[in-house]
Amino acid sequence: MATVEELKLRIRELENELIKSKQKQSDAEHHLRPKIVKMSAEVVDSNPYSRLMALKRMGIVQDYEKIRSYAVAVVGVGGVGSVTAEMLTRCGIGKLLLFDYDKVELANMNRLFFQPHQAGLSKVEATHNYNITTIDNFTHFMDRISHGGLEEGKPVDLVLSCVDNFEARMAINTACNELGQIWMESGVSENAVSGHIQLIIPGETALLILTVYLLFLPYLLQRKAAERPKQEAVQEEEEEVVVHEDNEWGIELVSEVSEAELQDASGPVPDLPEGITVAYTIPEKDGGSGETVEETDQSLEELMAQMKKM
Amino acid sequence: MADEATRKSVSEIPLLKTNSGPRDKELWVQRLREEYLALIKYVENNKAADNDWFRLESNKEGTRWFGKCWYIHELLKYEFDMEFDIPVTYPATAPEVAIPELDGKTAKMYRGGKICLTDHFKPLWARNVPKFGLAHLMALGLGPWLAVEIPDLIAKGIIQHKDQQNS
Repeated sequence: MATVEELKLRIRELENELIKSKQKQSDAEHHLRPKIVKMSAEVVDSNPYSRLMALKRMGIVQDYEKIRSYAVAVVGVGGVGSVTAEMLTRCGIGKLLLFDYDKVELANMNRLFFQPHQAGLSKVEATHNYNITTIDNFTHFMDRISHGGLEEGKPVDLVLSCVDNFEARMAINTACNELGQIWMESGVSENAVSGHIQLIIPGETALLILTVYLLFLPYLLQRKAAERPKQEAVQEEEEEVVVHEDNEWGIELVSEVSEAELQDASGPVPDLPEGITVAYTIPEKDGGSGETVEETDQSLEELMAQMKKM
Repeated sequence: MADEATRKSVSEIPLLKTNSGPRDKELWVQRLREEYLALIKYVENNKAADNDWFRLESNKEGTRWFGKCWYIHELLKYEFDMEFDIPVTYPATAPEVAIPELDGKTAKMYRGGKICLTDHFKPLWARNVPKFGLAHLMALGLGPWLAVEIPDLIAKGIIQHKDQQNS
C-alpha cells in the first residue's frame, strides 16, 4: 500500500507527463499545413491538387474546383464506404457526412482504412453513430440529407449507399425517393468476386425496389457454375439421399421440396445469363390461400392487455 | 420450403391485411391491431398444441418489441430474452430479431445479438409482403433458428442451463 507521499509524487509525475503530451499535440497541430484557398493547376511536386486539376486541363472534367462546394453523405463506412470516404477526401470534397452504427474491429483490418490502434472506437467518432432503420434515427437521417449540405439548410449533393444489408438499402431508397435525392447504390457479393454500382435518380431511373431481383448473386449458384466440369465426370456415382429422423422445423441442406412444388412457389423468372438466378421473385397478385385476421372492435389497448394476460 | 408440421402451424396463423408501416400514423394503428390479433391466435394455437414457446409485447407506439422465448432440449427448458425494432420500411423489410445474451456466440450473428435470417427467412418474407406479420416472423424466422442453433450451442458447451450455472 503506497504512502500518501508516494501518491503525491506520482500525481505530480503524471501531471507533468500530461502537460508534455498536450504540448506535443499542439506542436503537431502547428505543423499542419494551412488550408489552400484556391486550387492551383500548377504541376509541381508541392501542389496536392496537381494531378486532380490535370483532369480539368485534359478536358475530362470541367471546373474541377467545384468539388469543394459539394457535400456527400456516405452511409455505411465499411469495405466500400471507408475507401470511398477516403478517396473523396483526397480529391478535395467540400463536406462529408458519415453514417454507421458499428465499431472498428481487427477483423476489419484487411480492407478498411482504420488502423489497428483504433479498434474499439466507433467507426464514426463524433458524427453519426446510429442505425438508420429505426424510426427515431430515420427522421434525423432524412433531416441531415435534406439540410446537411455545405451550406447548412441546403440538401446534400449526393448520397452514397455503402451498406451491406437489404433493410438499410430500403431505408435509404425510401428517404431519397421522398426527398427527390440523387443517390448511388453499391454492393459486393459475399464471395467478394463481384460487385455492382448503380445510379438512381428518383423520377428518371428505375427505383431500387424494381431492380432488387438482380441485386443479389447467390453464392451457391456461382459455386455450382464453377463445379460443373467436375460434376459431369462423376455422374455415374449414386446420389446419397439425405435422411434424418424428424425435421420439425423443416431445416434442410438439400431441398426436400420437389421441383414442381418449387416452380409453383416461385413467381416468373426473367431470362438470365447462365450462372445467375434471382433470390427474390414477384409474388402472385391474387389473394393468398390463407385466412386473414378477423374483424374486431377491440381497441389496441385491449389487445395489448389481452396479450399480456396470456 | 418447410415441412408439413411447420406449414400446418403457419397456415393456422391468420394473414394480415393492412400494408402500413410505423410512419403511417392512423393506418399503423390498424396494422398493430392486426399484428396483435395474429399473435394472440398463434400463441393460443401453440398452447393447444402443447408448444407454447414465446411471449411478445411492445411499447405503446408498437415500434419496439420485447419478450421471451423458450426451447426445450433433452427435457430441459432454456429461456432467452429477445427484442427487436420495427424498421421504417416495415412491412417491406422484416424486423431483425435479436437475442442479446447470445451475441457473438454463433458464427453468423450481427451487432447486438441479431440472428441471421437471410437464407431461410428473408426471401419467404419478401414474397408474402404484406400478408406476413410478426407472428410469421416468430414461426418462420426465430423458431427454426432456435431449433438449429440452440442444440448446437448446448453441444459445444457455449450455453448452459441455469440450474447447472448456479451449482
